[in-house]
Amino acid sequence: MPMPAADLEAHLRDAFPDASITIEDLAGDGDHYRARIASSTFSGLSRVRQHQLVYAALKGKMGGELHALALETSAT
Amino acid sequence: MSETAEAPAVNEFIAKTVAENDVVLFMKGFPDQPGCGFSAIVVQILDHLGVGFAGVNVLQNEALRQGIKAYSDWPTIPQLYVKGEFIGGCDIIREMFQSGELKTLLTEQGLLS
Repeated sequence: MPMPAADLEAHLRDAFPDASITIEDLAGDGDHYRARIASSTFSGLSRVRQHQLVYAALKGKMGGELHALALETSAT
Repeated sequence: MSETAEAPAVNEFIAKTVAENDVVLFMKGFPDQPGCGFSAIVVQILDHLGVGFAGVNVLQNEALRQGIKAYSDWPTIPQLYVKGEFIGGCDIIREMFQSGELKTLLTEQGLLS
């Protein structure tokens, strides 16, 4: 079940207001994205913890509505 | 049987598996026949590094497939464990492989010479 890129970005923007966010639709099908997120929230956290925060922001949609979201996170 | 009823048994299975095997990959399909591109990538990386691992096919059982997500607090498959610790999914493993961190980690754990 696809999700528009704008919705994905809105979810991420809500959770990480200070972030620099770049979203690419990898397959053009609204179901395979790559997101690069740089936010001060990630400072000092392990990659696993950073990605867990992103998944939490997506409120269970990852693995359901969203099949594939390649993540690159970094602290600003 | 409901998934709730199976949850303790699934948790016990996962805990035992990651305790008894140094490197465990929870994946879709089998190491020689991955059922998903993301699982295939991690298998290739582990093979390339030459580290042995136990591959657990989560597609064999729906309770296991959901159970591992809850156990790791991670919504996707594959998931790599080293010495009982959750290391990451496909993106993190690929990033750690490219930066050399994965090899360093496995070497420090005595799993690569």
